[in-house]
Amino acid sequence: MAAVRRGVQGTRRLKLQVFRIIVFVAAGLFFLVPIGAMVEFSTRGVGDQPRTLAAWQSIGTYPDLVAAITASLELAAITTIAMLVLLVPTMVWVRLKLPRLNPIIEFICLLPLTIPAIVLVVGLFPIYNWMGTNFSDSILTLSIAYVVLVLPYDYRSLEAGLAAIDVKTLTEAARSLGAGWFTVMWRIIVPNISSAILNSAFLSVALVLGEYTIANNLLYNNLQVEIAMLGRANAGVSIAVAVASLLFAFGVLVLLSFFNRGRGRLQLVELQQVMRTERG
Amino acid sequence: MPERTGVEVRLENLQRRYGAVVALDDLSLTIAPGELVALLGPSGCGKTTALRLLAGLEDADGGRVVIGGEDVTGLPANRRNIGMVFQAYSLFPHMVAWENVAFGLQMRGVGLAERKKRAIDVLELVGLSRFANRYASQMSGGQQQRVALARALAISPQVLLLDEPLSALDAKVRSRLRDEIRRIQLEVGITTLFVTHDQEEALAIADRVGVMQSGRLEQLGPPMTVYSRPATPFVADFVGLTNRIQGTVSRGSVDVRGATIPLVDSSVPDGPATALVRPEAVSLVGNGEAQEGPLIGTVIAVAFLGATSRVTVDLGDITVLAQLPTSAAAEHPAGTRVKLALRPDPVLVDSHN
Repeated sequence: MAAVRRGVQGTRRLKLQVFRIIVFVAAGLFFLVPIGAMVEFSTRGVGDQPRTLAAWQSIGTYPDLVAAITASLELAAITTIAMLVLLVPTMVWVRLKLPRLNPIIEFICLLPLTIPAIVLVVGLFPIYNWMGTNFSDSILTLSIAYVVLVLPYDYRSLEAGLAAIDVKTLTEAARSLGAGWFTVMWRIIVPNISSAILNSAFLSVALVLGEYTIANNLLYNNLQVEIAMLGRANAGVSIAVAVASLLFAFGVLVLLSFFNRGRGRLQLVELQQVMRTERG
Repeated sequence: MPERTGVEVRLENLQRRYGAVVALDDLSLTIAPGELVALLGPSGCGKTTALRLLAGLEDADGGRVVIGGEDVTGLPANRRNIGMVFQAYSLFPHMVAWENVAFGLQMRGVGLAERKKRAIDVLELVGLSRFANRYASQMSGGQQQRVALARALAISPQVLLLDEPLSALDAKVRSRLRDEIRRIQLEVGITTLFVTHDQEEALAIADRVGVMQSGRLEQLGPPMTVYSRPATPFVADFVGLTNRIQGTVSRGSVDVRGATIPLVDSSVPDGPATALVRPEAVSLVGNGEAQEGPLIGTVIAVAFLGATSRVTVDLGDITVLAQLPTSAAAEHPAGTRVKLALRPDPVLVDSHN
């Protein structure tokens, strides 16, 4: 009887394993085939000529493209930092002092999700027009619009991080031990929501590097606008840059997942130690 | 090791409102240096609010907080020298035990070597120095609360505040840690305010117990006095079990079903009233078979509590609880007829019925 049960369980495990492999391979193909096709296209030689990395090597020879890459990376950094500086203290403060405002803050933060980027541009255009005349027409001013754009995604990520800890008790404990508000934020809250901060930073970087509509309509040349423009002149280089930016985002994601996996392992070890303590 | 730092604490006419709700209604309380006062009361009575005002975690609408002769009413929490242990587990999850304990010392500018040494010393005081390098998630609830106690004591605070620190623990750990808190409090000699809704905890640990209701202090006194001489019907009801038996007040005593019992407060006007009689003042004096009378009834339940048992007797119109030695209760199993006697200990009456 037991042998039959073991046999049935073994078959079920094998089927599950096969199903997992099929899903993994299918998902892998879904992501890798288009990228592979892009790599194939960007390394294709002209006519009968063999494969070449000329398109990849020439990325650096387009000054406008290099400027757009630099600008997009700067925008990603500014947007990420501005969003974190704005959102983290606000969300903590609302949780501690004004919990009744939480639904309103959530509504405001999620609002950009419901507004199409093109509609956002219509609203932003007069503001950027004014800023261009009176303040600055630098591409970096796009970070103001991008902070609004990334708000819903980052809010959700940070909200999940803050919900996982007892912000009120930790803050009050730190305050009673002599910590000022800045110390509470920097030494107590931030280290305990570091995963959420990393997640939201990654989302910001990914969104800013992939943003096209706002920049194009406000007449700024960021990475995606430059890729689109380059695509008309030199499709090979345009695709090479697109793959490079995808690989960059992929690299950030892999780094993040390794960091989170490390934390997961640590939590497992902690759990085992507690169980040993309880038994002892 | 923390120094002996007991100072006098005075809460003077404290008031706190949340909208229309009055959380503290002119609360005044003085805690002597090195004394442990427990504030006891049901949820929403204002005990935690009082503690939070003393800690500086909330602002008072009126009144003063004076610690060691200094008015600290306007000082924020981080500038009052107060150690606090919270109801919820409050250890910083990203720090190991000694770093948690040393955090307050770091805020006071103590160097790394010195604060680590002092943290280990205080962990030794709570018996957890071997857990110094463990994170909160690697410790049980009881261990976490002991580290939280060590963290609160490490800064040598003038006052120690305990906000229901045992309520999340299981009964056995709770009882052990309760005794440990008292041992450490006496050893360190620190003025302590302990807030709890558990009367057993308050009576066991405190020098004086304050019973609160609706933002007011109903009674403040030694545990024995609060239990045996409750000042108000609310205190009698809230602290320990009480039988509410109808009677008639006449010239400083109350007649309860034929038994005459003196009153705690002899100024109560004559007339009908409800006497509040403790179960231990009720005894079973014999077999009530084939007898009738106001204090004769049938045992309907016997609850074994260890050395004593609680017997529930149905007198027809009311049920009465009697607390007896288990050996005596065993003679009267459920279903037997018994005769009750009421010990003439002074009782309180509730004439507002």
